[in-house]
Amino acid sequence: MHDILEILEKDARASPEQIAAMTGRSVLEVAEAIHQAEESHLILRYKTVVDWEKAGREGVWALVEVKVAPQREVGFDRVAERIYRFPEARSVYLVSGTYDLAVVVTANTMREVAAFVSEKLASLDSVQGTVTHFLLKRYKEDGEILVSQQQAPRLPLTL
Amino acid sequence: MSVAQSKEAADFLSQRVRQIPASGIRRFFDLLASMDGVISLGVGEPDFPTPWHIREAAIYSLEKGYTTYTSNYGLLELRRALATHLEGRYGVCYDPDTQLLITVGVSEALDLALRAILNPGDEVLSPDPSYVSYMPGTVLAGGKFIPVPTRMETGFRVQPSDLEAKIAPRAKAILLGYPSNPTGAVMEREELLQIAQIARRHDLLVISDEIYDRLVYGVEHTCFASLPQMPERTILLGGFSKAYAMTGWRVGYAAAPAPIIEAMMKIHQYAALCAPIMSQKAALEALRAGEAAVLEMVADYDRRRRVMVKGLNDIGLSCFEPQGAFYAFPSIGVTGLSSEEFAERLLVEEKVAVVPGSAFGAGGEGHVRCCYATSLAEINEALRRMARFVEHHR
Repeated sequence: MHDILEILEKDARASPEQIAAMTGRSVLEVAEAIHQAEESHLILRYKTVVDWEKAGREGVWALVEVKVAPQREVGFDRVAERIYRFPEARSVYLVSGTYDLAVVVTANTMREVAAFVSEKLASLDSVQGTVTHFLLKRYKEDGEILVSQQQAPRLPLTL
Repeated sequence: MSVAQSKEAADFLSQRVRQIPASGIRRFFDLLASMDGVISLGVGEPDFPTPWHIREAAIYSLEKGYTTYTSNYGLLELRRALATHLEGRYGVCYDPDTQLLITVGVSEALDLALRAILNPGDEVLSPDPSYVSYMPGTVLAGGKFIPVPTRMETGFRVQPSDLEAKIAPRAKAILLGYPSNPTGAVMEREELLQIAQIARRHDLLVISDEIYDRLVYGVEHTCFASLPQMPERTILLGGFSKAYAMTGWRVGYAAAPAPIIEAMMKIHQYAALCAPIMSQKAALEALRAGEAAVLEMVADYDRRRRVMVKGLNDIGLSCFEPQGAFYAFPSIGVTGLSSEEFAERLLVEEKVAVVPGSAFGAGGEGHVRCCYATSLAEINEALRRMARFVEHHR
């Protein structure tokens, strides 16, 4: 199963036929395994890594550090849920260190990010403070290097 | 010196060099160089760049000013790390002070080994087909090369009985190269044990070129020197090129009994002096922290291997399952073409480059070498083109 997931994680468009050839399993077996992985939410979604900057859409990303007073019984989970339900929160992590929640916020403009942080995040009862870092340049996204790089060519024939 | 004098200049060449035939695929190589848009399955190296942490370690060593000669044997810390690596992996024990030599790629190690042991006329037995430098290397060292035929039916593994049948009074060494370039064959442990017995019975040395040792799929690689009573009559050759995608760094090694390493070092110190220090620093980093990258690359090659082998069989180029290296070695019998004709026409008609099996010895005729260390998209496109080609030439 892991071998199939690893292949799909790298290339969501790999067909059951291709995966079967790569893993030495039957096409039927692969298709069934993928179906089950989808049903049981091992596979959540198939997405595309887009270089939006190159496509001409700017957008604004910010990494927001959120300091939270944990609540009795539920710890950080309740406030995390309050935050991750906002579509502006692209990723939400509980982290160790000097702050508690790391929130990646995306919006169209800096003003929108600022409004979201001040009105939605900072105003939550258990939130004690926020620090917002606006993203300036994207070098690598989800394992993909975005700055153009050239692979040195190999000789076409070596023995 | 001008071009016009080249005929006379050629007269200066030694008999020994003239004995070596010009590579049969020179013409093919020139043709390939003149064409654009070719998908090449003709490469003999990984398509991964060297893992970044290894490159970074070399950059760091340059920044620190490591730009000098090293000991002729190679950096002691690299030899120590190598001794630990070989013992951990194969249970073979080598003294880093006297039994290990760091060389300029495994190619140099092979040349040193042959020159260190051969007297004029001594015979070296080696599977046919085998890596291109085995025969010329033997001849240049004054030896006589004795090819031992291998067959597709036995997965191109050299059969001990075939080997023994070729042993004559002047036989000095057996030269093995498994996992094999060009066939992808991996020897079974039982067969190697029999070869070990033969080596003892006929008092032969074994040179075991294990440059592809880490690239095996679903089977264990047996290190020849790990077999009982073999360390004292084995020259183990290895390197970093294939496992760590470090072909351009040119760093390899030999492990053998001290008198043999000392003799090899004697030649090495006059011919090469030492392997480049930055490459040795990179190799050290590879041994210390490269394991995860090796496993990841092997898993990736394995997927492509399956696609290649299935694809070749599907289009009628019957192919035994290679268990090592990164080559498939299908039979082209169905086309009725010689391996050189096949490679040349495939290149001209479909722009796919493969290597004629005949480049690896007479035993390679009727096959071509297809390297699957290239992207899946290219493998699939190459297979589509080859299917069309085979259909056309059946």
